[in-house]
Amino acid sequence: MKKDNFNLIICGVGGQGQITLLRILSEASLMEGKNFVGAETHGLSQRGGSVEVHFRMGKVFSPLVPQLCADLIFSLEMQETLRAMYYCNKNTVVLINKKIIPIVGEENLKQEEVLSQIKKFTKNIKIVEASRICQEKFKKEILAGVYLLGYAQGKKILPLKEKFLKEAIKRVIPQKYLEINLKAFDLGRKLKDD
Amino acid sequence: MQKEKILERKGRKISLLGNEAIARGALEAGVDFVTQYPGTPSSEVGDTFFRLKEEIKKINPLFYFEYSTNEKVALEVAAGAVFCKSRALVSMKNFGLNVASDFFFPISQIRIPGQLVILVADDPSCWSSAQSEQDTRHLIFGAKIPMLEPSFLQESKDFVIFAFQISEKFQIPVVIRHTTRVAHQSGPVVLGEIKRPKEKKFKFKKDPKRFVTTPPRVLEMKVDLIKRMEKIREVSEKSSLNKIFNQSPKSKFGIITSGVGFCYTMEALKNLNLKIPVLKLGFVFPLPKKKIKKFLENKRQILIVEEGDPFLEEKIKEIAFEAKWKGEIFGKESSFEGGRIWKERKTILPSVGEIKSEYVEEAILKILNKKSIYKKHLKEFLEIKVPKRVPLLCTNPPCPYWAIVGAIKKVLNPEEVIFGGEIGCYMLFSHKIISLQDYLFCMGSDIGIADGISKRSNQKIVAFVGDSSFFHASIPQLINSSFNESSPLIIILENQTTAMTGHQPQPGSKIKIEEIVKACKIKHLKVIDQVKNPKELEETIREFIKLKGPKVIVARHICALLEKKLKNRNEKR
Repeated sequence: MKKDNFNLIICGVGGQGQITLLRILSEASLMEGKNFVGAETHGLSQRGGSVEVHFRMGKVFSPLVPQLCADLIFSLEMQETLRAMYYCNKNTVVLINKKIIPIVGEENLKQEEVLSQIKKFTKNIKIVEASRICQEKFKKEILAGVYLLGYAQGKKILPLKEKFLKEAIKRVIPQKYLEINLKAFDLGRKLKDD
Repeated sequence: MQKEKILERKGRKISLLGNEAIARGALEAGVDFVTQYPGTPSSEVGDTFFRLKEEIKKINPLFYFEYSTNEKVALEVAAGAVFCKSRALVSMKNFGLNVASDFFFPISQIRIPGQLVILVADDPSCWSSAQSEQDTRHLIFGAKIPMLEPSFLQESKDFVIFAFQISEKFQIPVVIRHTTRVAHQSGPVVLGEIKRPKEKKFKFKKDPKRFVTTPPRVLEMKVDLIKRMEKIREVSEKSSLNKIFNQSPKSKFGIITSGVGFCYTMEALKNLNLKIPVLKLGFVFPLPKKKIKKFLENKRQILIVEEGDPFLEEKIKEIAFEAKWKGEIFGKESSFEGGRIWKERKTILPSVGEIKSEYVEEAILKILNKKSIYKKHLKEFLEIKVPKRVPLLCTNPPCPYWAIVGAIKKVLNPEEVIFGGEIGCYMLFSHKIISLQDYLFCMGSDIGIADGISKRSNQKIVAFVGDSSFFHASIPQLINSSFNESSPLIIILENQTTAMTGHQPQPGSKIKIEEIVKACKIKHLKVIDQVKNPKELEETIREFIKLKGPKVIVARHICALLEKKLKNRNEKR
């Protein structure tokens, strides 16, 4: 069957801005005239728990990405990436923010322990130091999401146009933080792979 | 940032959240009165009206919104307005309907003068709910209140408009029930026109025959309700909300579904490249019995796809039994074979947790005797080693509740004291690094249980109660502690907001909790800012825990997230 949709999982920890990213993606697809559906979790889980946002474009019915069906896993925290392997097939691209937010009261995994497990599912792994770069350049780690969004768009692993994503950022982000978000997006777009 | 897209003009296609689509639908239906007690996943309905109150008043100067103290009050307040011919919307989460149920049942008995739509959000998988994985359809069917269930965004908006029409035509409240994946789904919605209601004078017209539900009149009302139900069933029979997709008269296999189950069904059929007839139920109560019987007629196998309990499944089994239908019904509970119910249990969809499209795919494959493609991957997935990340009280900025946890751990031996919990951010006292929670049920239950324990055992008890929870359901319990002289130490956590559901305001801004406590004749009472005066808190706990009779500490310090939010807002100005 010809592929007629695009499935994205955004995972991370509550408070990393997943829902803002979903809003940006929604507005951008609306402008591009693409059908889309998103699913988000609210409430208790946002208090530092695992947060998983689903975003689907094209011919879709379910608001949730089905098992094995992710085209892109967009991970804001390394350990959380593992939970998204439910959606991962061998062609899925896994884009990871190089950042570990420790889980309180547990034995946390090291980067290698995370990666070796992901490799069992896909070889298409890309790690970007989004948090570190955003902290250094803007003193705002929260921009890591928008930075990664820029990266994904620039590398064509996210099938949405630059101008629509930027316009969507303008619609979604409050004026006060707009400029810095657009800068982070552009910086991400221009990042060269090693 | 874009300004208030939800008030955009007719014909525009915009991106909304499910609950925002509900709010927009109500505006298009000309709603003039909205009440809510917040609860995930329903909160954004009321929050939208709260945020846009002033804008909406420009369209309709008589528009009114309130956050009520609890869901029962919210429903009663809305009903009062409806008695004066208002067009009202009330929204609540599943457990809210339990609280409101004492009024929810009798309100269906009368013929209401205005229109009333009640939004109830269930939360399969308990994403944002403690307590139980409750399916409110049992209550809704029990109260005999018509119920619609949208599947996706456009329906969320459009069904509200239709619900108001049904409410007007049959003078009855109508429920919209949805679940998390519809409430918190986002997607495109094509807007209709916001109705500008004609200026009208609201007035309560005395009519005891109508509004007084005493016997024997209330039994006449019941007769009238049953008759109305049959009329409404006729609408349900003909309604395009109950629609067959993938019509193919020869197919022996069919699927009946509702809500987000429809989305999963269509996704599964697309992935399997199958065209199996699907009866989508949008007008769920009263069920279109004839339509269902007709759908069953030529088929031999039926799969029921629904979120929550095997509720439609049971109803459809009854209908099948009535029709002397010969075939098998598959769902969450069991199979039904030609007139013999419960012959053999065949669970084909999980009855705990939300469903997903791949579950529906597997169910279809199982019925068709084919193998699932998911098993191997699922096994590999379950082998992944990663620690669980459970929510915890905020650390940055730090939650003021930490100071309470700290004081208790310093002063009391947790082994020797029982800690009662309730609904709110302090549910997180269950986290293993805090571990101050020995029981937790519904809002308001904490003090009551503590009273009972203190009457039966000499163990010391600390009952934590949030401020919103205190106003919502804990005052009768506090009066009970005082009246019946039980001995809990009650710590009211006053963070000055309903934090967990998104910082909605609550009565504490006007009504001092300590004044209520004093009025309840609680002798031992102290108000302490636990962040500023941790020592005072420690000493008070040490002193109070030894005393007989009920003791109350009001720990007053603003929620750290709210404080940050307010600071940001002030900076913007």
